[in-house]
Amino acid sequence: MTNANGLPKLAAVLGIAVFAILPTAGLPAFYESFFYLVFFWVSLSTSWALLSGFAGYFSLGHAAFFGVGMYTTATLTTKFEVPFLATIPAAAALAALLGIGIGAVVFRVRRLRGELFALLTLAVTFVIATIILNTPIDGGAGVFMISVPMPAIMSSQTGTIYVLGFAMCVLTLAIAWWVAHSRLGMGLFAIHDDEDVAEAKGVPTFRYKIVAFALSAGIAGAVGGIHAMYVGFLTVGGTFELTVPLYVVLMSVLGGSRHWFGPAVGATVITALLYAFISGGEAMIGRALVGAILIIAILWLPDGVVPAVQKWLRRQRVAGAGASATAMPAELVPVELAPTKPVGQRNILEARTVTKRFGGLQALDGVDLDVREGEILGLVGPNGSGKTTLINVISGHFPLTSGTIAVDGVQIGHLPAHEIAGRGVARTYQIPRPFANMTVLDNVTLAATFGGPARPAAEMRDEAVHWIGFTGLAGKEAALPAELNLHERKFLELARALAARPKLLLLDEVLSGLNPAEIDNAIRLVRAIRAQGATIVFVEHLMRAVVELSDRVAVLNEGKLFALGAPRDVMRDPRVISIYLGKAYAA
Amino acid sequence: MPSATLLGQALISGVLAGGMYGLLALGLSLSWGLLRLVNLSYFALAFLAAYLTYELGTTYHVEPWWSAVLIVPSMVAIGVVQYWVFDKFKVNELASLLITFSFAVILEVVIQLYWTADYRRFETHYSTLSIKAGPFYIPVLELVLCLVAGALAWGTWLWLRKTYVGKALRASAEDADIAAAYGVDHKKLAYLLSGISAGYAGVAGTFIALIATLAPAQIWAWLGVVFAVVIIGRLGNPLGALFAGMAIGASESLAMAVMSPAWAPVVSFSVLIVILLWDPDWL
Repeated sequence: MTNANGLPKLAAVLGIAVFAILPTAGLPAFYESFFYLVFFWVSLSTSWALLSGFAGYFSLGHAAFFGVGMYTTATLTTKFEVPFLATIPAAAALAALLGIGIGAVVFRVRRLRGELFALLTLAVTFVIATIILNTPIDGGAGVFMISVPMPAIMSSQTGTIYVLGFAMCVLTLAIAWWVAHSRLGMGLFAIHDDEDVAEAKGVPTFRYKIVAFALSAGIAGAVGGIHAMYVGFLTVGGTFELTVPLYVVLMSVLGGSRHWFGPAVGATVITALLYAFISGGEAMIGRALVGAILIIAILWLPDGVVPAVQKWLRRQRVAGAGASATAMPAELVPVELAPTKPVGQRNILEARTVTKRFGGLQALDGVDLDVREGEILGLVGPNGSGKTTLINVISGHFPLTSGTIAVDGVQIGHLPAHEIAGRGVARTYQIPRPFANMTVLDNVTLAATFGGPARPAAEMRDEAVHWIGFTGLAGKEAALPAELNLHERKFLELARALAARPKLLLLDEVLSGLNPAEIDNAIRLVRAIRAQGATIVFVEHLMRAVVELSDRVAVLNEGKLFALGAPRDVMRDPRVISIYLGKAYAA
Repeated sequence: MPSATLLGQALISGVLAGGMYGLLALGLSLSWGLLRLVNLSYFALAFLAAYLTYELGTTYHVEPWWSAVLIVPSMVAIGVVQYWVFDKFKVNELASLLITFSFAVILEVVIQLYWTADYRRFETHYSTLSIKAGPFYIPVLELVLCLVAGALAWGTWLWLRKTYVGKALRASAEDADIAAAYGVDHKKLAYLLSGISAGYAGVAGTFIALIATLAPAQIWAWLGVVFAVVIIGRLGNPLGALFAGMAIGASESLAMAVMSPAWAPVVSFSVLIVILLWDPDWL
């Protein structure tokens, strides 16, 4: 096991050492220049993947950040005589600021996901290019860098450029590795799969996207600063070319943009191919070949080369492990019912005149509701009465129109959803919404990491394993959500909610779509959850479960609290029967 | 400040130039809005059609209008084959963008290998024709282009609004599964629409051959502005694409007359950025 883990590390150290001493080996300048281009594209495509691959915000504007970096270095060195090396941090900072600025505006518009974000970043590129072209920064004549002194890191100019490009490349890969294995990366991967759910599980989505954007743009800026010295002569047309963002995208997608090392693989392959054809005098054929490779790769390897290889390796390992890999079926929950604590007198949730309007539709109309610590409150009502809306408002998915909500004495009505999650409110979705590209274990670990108290990563993982077992999903840790059936996905929802160690758990129709045996199982599970000390509000249509589980039942009708009390009393109330079945049955 | 005549002339040329934006935007808007496929290859197909028109016109002296009769159906066929690939591999929006971009690059290479990177100009007697209306000159070719673009956009709009087939297409774009449950044969319609969209690129190509100077790299020249036009005109709305094209054309032309030609690209993208952030209901 230690060997398997040590091998990549050893390879990385060896690789870094070999490439670092390469310029002293007296290679022809041709090779230095070729390797520089590989480093250049690896850095650029990896930096693109930090936001666009990890978080799924697909940008076509990478040339903007790269170009801003190039022109920052060009302007500072030629007009203000700043030493070349000192301009690189400035190039990174300015590009990062631009990224933050764009992000601060764009990430507030919920609709701007997917292709619209891609187009917006493309548009920004054109605007910046035009501004630089028409102002003294460039002025249309281009900028010569010939007179700028090159620092004497190496004996030759190309050697110095090589070393700088290599250092940048190692730094970029280190950052990408760190992000992919950190809390930030976990949050970004969740944003990629389902941003709303990520926010509800406690991921500060806005801040994370800004940080990722700043890192991505900043690296591109620094790469641009070095590249300005490499090209020696800058033109707006050459800098803000459409091929920059497109090659970056092609390389990342080919290698696998969700993996920290994927873009590096794609960039190396494509750069080598292009270089081979250019030096052979067949540049055009090389371009066409890259295009053809990309089409084939996307059609047959949509996730990229690196994830495909990983998947193949995992299959080999599973096949080698043989029968032991076949998981036990998810059996009934092994729960011993601890004596239930009595319902406390303290209110864990206090909602006052909660109102929610969607345009002209009054979904919630002045709801007052207290939920006591340790109780199970059933929330019932006809379709459209506002049950799910109430859950969405409490969890912060929808902003309140008016009214106040307090959890454990703290006003949460106007907090963003991730802060509400951080204050101990967890929820499940009626139609399960797992993070599709994350394993069951990662799904639950994410909820523990962002919802619960701060703990070391290993402890979170143990806790996740505990809740996976608690909900009867043991053996499915490595499965992807798509491999689970509905029943298991509903329980995955529960495991995710529990891993956040909530004070208040909001369950939205966990029983719908389950068969009778599964329902019994789920009811026992909800009891076991309460025995752990959580307060539960659950929306349910199935009256048997409501009566069996609830301490009190709240009935919503047309956005108003209609009745509240002990289950049997409420269910016998003729007014309640009339709103469910019509007046004729109420007598 | 330039004179009123100059501004008026700028406005007219701008609207007419915008007709080309609108015509190029038609296919992209339809396939993006109704098939959820972002097809960048229409730009390359338009130039392929333009080069074929040029080749037939200069080497074999075929009238461009007769060339179009041959070229446009070929483009329709390419569009149908493209959809076959998209359907077979269940391609999503982002993947369609990358695949069609790659296809466009390959077409660009093919064009450059056959016709070289030199600028080509298809001289016809049409290019000098113009109508004089008061103090203004209206070039006939651009006017015909706008009329054709208008007829195609309007016809497509009527087809989508009024006929059963059009309504079925829009229903499929909203929710393909539900539409299928009501008996809509989504695939057949999608093949039709994909073919039509590529056909529009063929029509645009005929006019590009007559109006513009041809060079392989020019394929990408209109990409940005046409994207802006497609978004501003609302995805899947042919009339919107045409009007947005003319509005952008006019504002670019006015910006050129008032400021300097170099500032023109800022106009369309600033409009696009503002509209995306403003996020109005009609978008």
